[in-house]
Amino acid sequence: MQPSVETVAPAPETAGDLDAVARRVRGRIIEMSQRAGTAHLASALSCVDILVATYWRILRHDPARPDAPERDRFILSKGHAISALYAVLAERGYFAPELLATYNQDGGSLPEQPSPGCAPGVELATGSLGHGLPVGLGMALAARIQRRDYRVYVVLSDGECNEGSVWEAAMMAPAQKLNNVTVVVDFNKWQATGRSEEIMSLAPLADKWRAFGWDACDVDGHDIEALVEALARRGERPQAIIAHTVKGKGVSFMEDDNNWHYRSPNAAELEMARQELGLL
Amino acid sequence: MRNAFAAEITALAAQDERVVLLSGDIGNRLFDRYKAQCDGRFFNCGVAEANMMGMAAGLAMSGLRPVVYTITPFTTTRCLEQIRVDVCYHNVPVTIVGTGAGLSYASLGATHHSCEDIAFLRALPHMTVLCPADAVEVRLAVRAALAHEGPVYIRIGKKGEPVIHQSEPEFVIGQPIVLREGDDVCLLGTGNMLPLALQAADLLDERGLSAQVVSFHTVKPLNEAFLSAVFARFACVATIEEHSVIGGLGGAVAEWLADRASQKARLCRIGTPDEFFHEAGEQEYARHIWGLTSENIAARVEALAKGARS
Repeated sequence: MQPSVETVAPAPETAGDLDAVARRVRGRIIEMSQRAGTAHLASALSCVDILVATYWRILRHDPARPDAPERDRFILSKGHAISALYAVLAERGYFAPELLATYNQDGGSLPEQPSPGCAPGVELATGSLGHGLPVGLGMALAARIQRRDYRVYVVLSDGECNEGSVWEAAMMAPAQKLNNVTVVVDFNKWQATGRSEEIMSLAPLADKWRAFGWDACDVDGHDIEALVEALARRGERPQAIIAHTVKGKGVSFMEDDNNWHYRSPNAAELEMARQELGLL
Repeated sequence: MRNAFAAEITALAAQDERVVLLSGDIGNRLFDRYKAQCDGRFFNCGVAEANMMGMAAGLAMSGLRPVVYTITPFTTTRCLEQIRVDVCYHNVPVTIVGTGAGLSYASLGATHHSCEDIAFLRALPHMTVLCPADAVEVRLAVRAALAHEGPVYIRIGKKGEPVIHQSEPEFVIGQPIVLREGDDVCLLGTGNMLPLALQAADLLDERGLSAQVVSFHTVKPLNEAFLSAVFARFACVATIEEHSVIGGLGGAVAEWLADRASQKARLCRIGTPDEFFHEAGEQEYARHIWGLTSENIAARVEALAKGARS
C-alpha cells in the first residue's frame, strides 16, 4: 500500500470557524458572478457547505501537490456550480485568490465551466451532467488495481440524477464492491426550469440509492458538522449522502428563488449579499 | 478477427500491468484465457455502455491503459457523448475496439450494423481511427494503439474473415500498406473489405487494368502524402469500405481532394448507401444487395477508368 496523503495545509479547528469559511466562500462566489455576469449562482451557493466540509475536514490532500498519486479525488459532477469549487480551491491554497478575478474572462485561467486541467485541483471537465460518477468509478477501480489507498468523492446535483448514466454507475459500484466511493447529492429541490419533483420522480432519493446497493443517509446539507460525520462514514458498500439544501443558500433574497439559476447580481445586490454574509 | 483481438490483448496484458479490459457483457468464453491470467484487470461492465466508457476514461486518467470492447454500435454511437467528453476532450489513452463492424452482424438488423461509426469517430479531435484488414492487422493495430498516447478507435470484423498477410507487415499508425502493386488504378480499401478489393483487382487484371491495392487502415490521421502520390499517379482511385459513402474513408478522401487543385485521378467512393438494411439475411447477402461485391467494385472502377480515358 502506498502511504496516504494527510492533510498538510492548516485547517481551522472549530465548527464556527468553518461557518466563517463558508461565508467567505459564498462572498467570493457572488462576487465572481457579479463581475463575470455568469449564471448558475444559486446552484453554486447550495453546495458550499458540502465543499467546505469535504475540503477542510475530509479529503486527504495537499494543495501544494494537486497531482499527488495517492490523493483523495474530488469531482464536482455538477459542473455548472464550478465557481463554488474555484472559490474553495483558492481559499484552501490550491492557487492564489487573485486568480478568481479571471473567472470567465477572455483568455483567463478559470473558464465559466472547467476545461481539462484548467486549474490545480480540478479533476474533471464537467458541465455535461452524468459524467462524474462513471469517471469517478474508473478512478476508484484504478486505486484497487494500483494498490493505492485513496477515496473518490463525487458531488451530483438532484437534476443530474435524471441522467441514466448516473444509475448505470450506481448499479455498477456495489457489483464491483467499490467501497472507496462517496456520492453526495446536492438536493436543492430545483433544476433549470422547475422543481425537481415536478420534472422527474426523484424522491425517495435515499431509498433509491439504498435499493441500488449503496449505504445512504439524509443529512442537512448546510450543517457542516453533520456533513463531516456523514462524509466520514465507511462500510463495505459505497456511500451516498442525500444532502438537503436550499438553492441560493446564504442570501435571503436568493434562497429558493429559481431566477437565481440564471441571474447574476448587480453591484447593489452584491453589496447587500456581502452585508448579509457579514463580510463588510 | 475477434479471436485475434482476444489473443493479442491477453498477450499484451501479461506484459503490461497497466492494461485493463472492459467488456459490455459480450464475448462469451472469448476472454477466458485473459481472465485466468489477469483476473483483477477484467471488468464485465454489463449492458451499460455510457458508464463503461466513463469508467475507461477514469482508469486512463489514473495512469492505466483501458481497452473497451463490445459490438461496434454499442461502443460508438451508444456512448458517443462519453467518448467525446470523457475520452477525447480530456485526450486520455482509451482504446475502443468495436467488433462486428459494418455488416458483420447483418442478420441481426440495423440495430447491430455500423455503417456510420467512422464518420462519427473521425470528427472527434484527438481520435485515431484504425480499420485493420485481417486478423494479422488486428493484432498489430492493438499493439500500436497501446503504444499510442491518446484515444484510438479500432474497428474489426467478427469471425471467419480471410487472412491477407502471410507474414507480419510493418504496421505504423498513419502508414498505408501496399498489398499489391499496379499501374492503372488504385483501390484504397479499409477494414474487412480488403479481401474483396483483392478479388476485384484480379477481375480488373483480366480486363486489362492493372490495380494497386492498399490496406488504408488509418482513416484518421489521413496520410495526405500518400494520397497526393496516388492521385498524381493513377487514372482513378476507389475507396472501398463496409461503411456509408457518407463520412467514412471515402468522405475523408473527398474532403482532402476538394481542398486541392484538380488531380490526375478521379475518385470513386464505394460503400453502403444512405439507407438502413431492412431485409433478413447474412453478411454476404447484404453485401450482394448493396453492391459490395468484387464484381461490382471491378465494374465501377472499370467504368470510371474508361471515362477517364475518353
